[in-house]
Formats: sequence, C-alpha cells, structure tokens
Amino acid sequence: MSNVLVFFDELGDALSPAQRELIAQAQSLGDVHVAVGAYQGDPTPALAISDIGEVYFAESSLPAPEVAVVDLLETAVAECGAEVILGSSTADITDALARLAVRLDTGIICGVGALNGELVATKSELAGSYTTMSQLIPAPGRPLVATFKPNNLDPQRVDALLHAGDQPDGTVLPVRPSVGGVEILERTALSVSARPALAEARVVVAGGRGVEGDFTALEELADELGAGLGASRAATDAGWIEHAAQVGQTGVTVSPQLYISAGISGAIQQRAGMQTAGTIVAINKDEDAPVFEIADFGVVGDLHDVIPQMIEELRRRRG
Amino acid sequence: MVNAPLHIITLVKWVPDAQLERRYDAEGRIDRSEGVLSELDEYPLEAALQLREAAQDREVRVTALTMGPAGSSTAVKKALQIGADDAYQLTDEALIGADIWASSVALKAAVEAVAGAGEFDSGEPEYLVLTGMASEEGESGAIPAQLAERLGAHVVTYATSLELAPDRLLVTRSGGTESQKVAVRMPAVVSVTDQANDPRYPNFKAIMAAKKKPLTRWNLADIGLRPEEVTAKVRVLTTTARPPRTAGEIIIDEGDAGLKVVEFLAKERLL
Ligand SMILES: Cc1cc2nc3c(=O)[nH]c(=O)nc-3n(C[C@H](O)[C@H](O)[C@H](O)COP(=O)(O)OP(=O)(O)OC[C@H]3O[C@@H](n4cnc5c(N)ncnc54)[C@H](O)[C@@H]3O)c2cc1C
Ligand SMILES: Nc1ncnc2c1ncn2[C@@H]1O[C@H](COP(=O)(O)O)[C@@H](O)[C@H]1O
Repeated sequence: MSNVLVFFDELGDALSPAQRELIAQAQSLGDVHVAVGAYQGDPTPALAISDIGEVYFAESSLPAPEVAVVDLLETAVAECGAEVILGSSTADITDALARLAVRLDTGIICGVGALNGELVATKSELAGSYTTMSQLIPAPGRPLVATFKPNNLDPQRVDALLHAGDQPDGTVLPVRPSVGGVEILERTALSVSARPALAEARVVVAGGRGVEGDFTALEELADELGAGLGASRAATDAGWIEHAAQVGQTGVTVSPQLYISAGISGAIQQRAGMQTAGTIVAINKDEDAPVFEIADFGVVGDLHDVIPQMIEELRRRRG
Repeated sequence: MVNAPLHIITLVKWVPDAQLERRYDAEGRIDRSEGVLSELDEYPLEAALQLREAAQDREVRVTALTMGPAGSSTAVKKALQIGADDAYQLTDEALIGADIWASSVALKAAVEAVAGAGEFDSGEPEYLVLTGMASEEGESGAIPAQLAERLGAHVVTYATSLELAPDRLLVTRSGGTESQKVAVRMPAVVSVTDQANDPRYPNFKAIMAAKKKPLTRWNLADIGLRPEEVTAKVRVLTTTARPPRTAGEIIIDEGDAGLKVVEFLAKERLL
C-alpha cells in the first residue's frame, strides 16, 4: 500500500464534510497521514478515525497564506514517504500544493473528481463539457500531488467508510513561520452562513437579477430544503448577497444533486459553475432564457409567485 | 526620482473562446486553433495600468507576456492596444501539451528574460508579475504559486485591490473564509480576480498607437531552455465529451407551477 499525505490548511474541533470526504478518498489509496497548517490547541482529537497514521503540524499554527506550510509539507512528505499528496481545490491549498510540487519536482493535477488505485485521475473539464483521465508519467521516486473538488462521494458513503478510532499520534515538525515577504496587516472573517457550505451542499437554491434585491423568499426555500444559498454575479455585484455566494466560473463551482435557479438567465459563466448538477430546476419569466436549455424542469413564470407557492407546498407535505 | 522603477509583467493567455464550443483534439489536447485574450487576464492588465497611472514619482513599465501557439500573438497585441507598453510572445513546438509543471518552468525563464531585457532611465527596477486568477480553459489557478516558487518571489493570490506603497505593494485578497489585507515585497507574483476592477476597452487612437509598440517573439532557445526541460510530467489518457445537457420539461405557470415543481422533486426523489 502506498503512503498518502492529506493536507488540511486548517483544522477545527471537528472535520468539515469536505475534509471527511478527502480522508475517505485517501484511505482507498493507502495508509493515510495528515499534515495540518492552522490549528488551535491539539489538532489530533479531531482526527480520531481508525487507520490514520501520523499527524504532522508545526510548533505554532501556520494560518494561510503562510508559506511555511510548504516547508511543513516538504518535511512531512520526507517523514512518511508519501507517494500521493492530496488536498482540496481551494485557493490557499492550491497555492501550497503547487509550490510543493515544484519542490518535489513533480506534476500536479488540480480539480480531481476521483483517483483510482492506479492513480489515474478523472476530472471534469471545460466547464463540465468533457471528462478526462490523466496520470503522472511514472518515474521512480516521483509522488503525485493532486487537489480534489468536493462532493464526489455521498456523505452516507463517507460515513460508512470512516470509522471512529483512537486519537492518532501527533508529530511536531521544526517549522517556523516565515519572516518578511508577505505581512498580514488585517484579517476580516467573512460572515459564514449557517446553511450548508455552497461547494459541499447536496441541494443549492440560487437567485439572480430577477430576485430584485430581496433574497428572503429564496432563503426560506433553501431552509425548507436544507440547501446552500447561491447567486449569480449580477446579484452579488448588486450587493444583494455576499460575494461568497456567487456560483460560476469566477465564483464557487457546485455539483449538487439538485440546483434550483431562480431569476438567472444562464450566461456561460454562470453555467460553468453549475451545469454538472444532477438535476436542474429553472424558474425564469423569459421563455428564451438560455438556462432552459439545460434545465430538467423549467417554469416560465414569475419567481415571486412560484417560490412562495413551493415553500407553502413543501410545508404542507411535511405536515 | 525617489523610488526605484517598477517593471510590471502581466501574463496574458490566449485561450479558446468560452462563448463558442471548446473541444479536445485526437491527441487529448485542447483545440487551440482559434482563441482570444483570456477575459480573466484583462483584470491584471487593468490593475497594472492603474498602478502605472497612480504612480506619481516612479517610472513604471507594463509589459505583456504570453506563452502559446503562433495565434497567441493576438493576445499580446490586444494587451498593447489596451495599454501595455511592450510585449513578448514565447512560442515553441516543444511547448505543445505543456502541463502546469512545464508551463511554470517556461514562464519562469520568460519572466527572467523579460526582466533582464528591460532598460530603465531611473535605475535598477524591481519587478512585479501580475496574473489572472485562473486560466479560462484550465482553471487550475496553480501557475501563480509555481511561478513564484521558481522565481524565488513572494506570492499573493486572488487580489481584489492593489496599491503601491514606497517599498511594497498593499493587496486585499479573499482567502476562503476571510478577507486579508497584506503587504508584499518585490519581487512578487500577484494573481488578480474579476472583483478587482472594470477592464477598459481600447479606443481607436490606442489601437493605432499599439502598432508602433515593440512586440518581441521568442522561442525556447532564446530564453535559454532546452526542449527536454519542458517535458510535461502529467499526461492525458482519455478525453470524453459529455453528452450536452438537454432541455427537460418546460411548463408555463398557470398559477400552480410551485405545486408542479414540488411534485417533480418528489417524483425524482429529491425531497
Ligand atoms: C470574467 C467574467 C466572469 C464572470 N463570472 C460569473 C460567475 O462566476 N457567475 C455568474 O453568475 N456570472 C458571472 N459573470 C456574469 C455573467 O456573464 C452574467 O452577466 C450573469 O451571470 C448574469 O446574472 P443574472 O442571470 O442574474 O442576470 P441577467 O442576465 O440580467 O438575467 C436575469 C434573469 O432573470 C429573469 N427574471 C427577471 N425578473 C424575474 C422574475 N420576477 N421572475 C423570474 N425571472 C425573472 C430575466 O428573464 C433574466 O433571464 C461573469 C462575467 C465575466 C465577464
Ligand atoms: N501560457 C500562458 N501564457 C501567459 N500567461 C499564462 C499562461 N498560463 C497561465 N498564465 C497566467 O497564469 C494565470 C493562472 O493560470 P492557471 O494557473 O493555469 O489557472 C492566468 O490567468 C494567466 O495570467
């Protein structure tokens, strides 16, 4: 079995769904070790999952964009002899793993959906219009570095694959924060929605310019469905909802089981972020809106009528 | 002048137009016979021009650099029309099929060659590389960090605003869960998002003026690289076009569409 190093840029009290998914992916490939960038207190209790090997971290927490995480990763790779290094495809993790690949003089595959036992990566490309398979050209001593898109494994499947285990061993590596270079002057936490994280949500409700400024009805619908709340760039640019909610080429890529699009025309940049959804429902008052070309179920109508009626019907059905 | 000159090298990529059908060829490579300047690379270019315009007591030059097939000269020509001072194009047969690893090797050598070629009136320049947030067709966003690692430069990705201070650049960036204001020293590589500005369009005068601006074409040997130094580490095995999504059932709201949507969701077991 190969050794697999999983990188978490930050680790809280409990693993996020994306982090659990990554461990499940990694365990199908070999013996899993974990490197943690930012943490508070002791990072090991959150990793009490069976068959986790070593947990590597630095003497002090290394919050992104601290480049010393690359030193941490490089040392951890040497310690555990990792043949595969995995992380999520977020900005900060991509930065760290991209640098690591240069140091290890190896290739990196970004935005992977699945990795099989032969280390062949399956990816969705060109905004979901292609599926490709690619692999590292084999060479002795050359590990694979890859970033994963979340939401490729069912949460139930992840739960079935991961079993609670003993608290793993922590190894503190002699890595210190960098000096000079990039100095952080200010950090402002972005408001986190209590709803499921967009990229990981199984259901997404998204609104566009047609929402005309008020997202209340969409929020209610999202809550009825346990959905994440998304938006088009027109809606985020207008300031009706935070930028983090933007779905699309330059926002979040989502691949939920169900995507409900309301008052969104379906421009190519919006489609790039959602067209791999399992089922797409679109509500738009313009029957020629391009979103209808990709909708499994479309309603030509006013979202201000349709959404409240959906909410009412969902509530009625739940009794 | 009080401050050292600044050489801003903006990377612009020539990519297949996302508005048209994009495809892979039989060799498993993206068909690059037609293309445009990547929309996402207009933001770093605009950021560079704004930094140049805001610098009062500093000589600032904006150079556009592209790596790509012959057609990619249109990307740097467009950058010249938009406002870059000069431009470089790196083209070589050996770069066909370059992966992230190989692209960053070539771009590193090209950036160093560009920095070495620039002559400034007011002294030794510092340099700053600006890139887009991601390639429009590759969407990895991994090049900026790889390039910085190879150049021994600092990196800041996903910048939403940039401002020159005397000895460093102040950048606001959006990390995943927080917004950060950082100060970065040169040399630096900064990737710029589409939230940073509204890119300008070239006017007729600028288009005419661009014809007189220098455009230098290089191959690998010109920047001191051998073909075997840019051999890809990753290979594509198969590419499969997904059947395009087809339209499903479309209904017109007759006062009960909300009920029908919920019925559909129930039937599809999505509730
Ligand atoms: C570099 C770049 C990157 C971009 N990245 C993204 C991205 O990541 N994500 C993104 O979404 N966009 C992105 N865009 C913008 C994209 O091109 C579109 O402009 C945007 O998606 C449009 O948003 P919209 O559909 O909400 O607005 P519009 O195109 O104005 O459409 C509004 C729709 O709402 C319908 N409508 C209006 N009122 C109602 C009502 N009462 N009931 C029902 N329907 C109604 C209208 O018929 C219309 O179809 C990007 C653009 C660029 C240039
Ligand atoms: N071949 C290239 N030529 C010029 N710039 C490039 C090239 N490849 C990548 N870049 C730059 O790097 C950014 C990020 O690209 P990527 O990491 O490939 O998503 C792009 O927005 C470009 O600014």
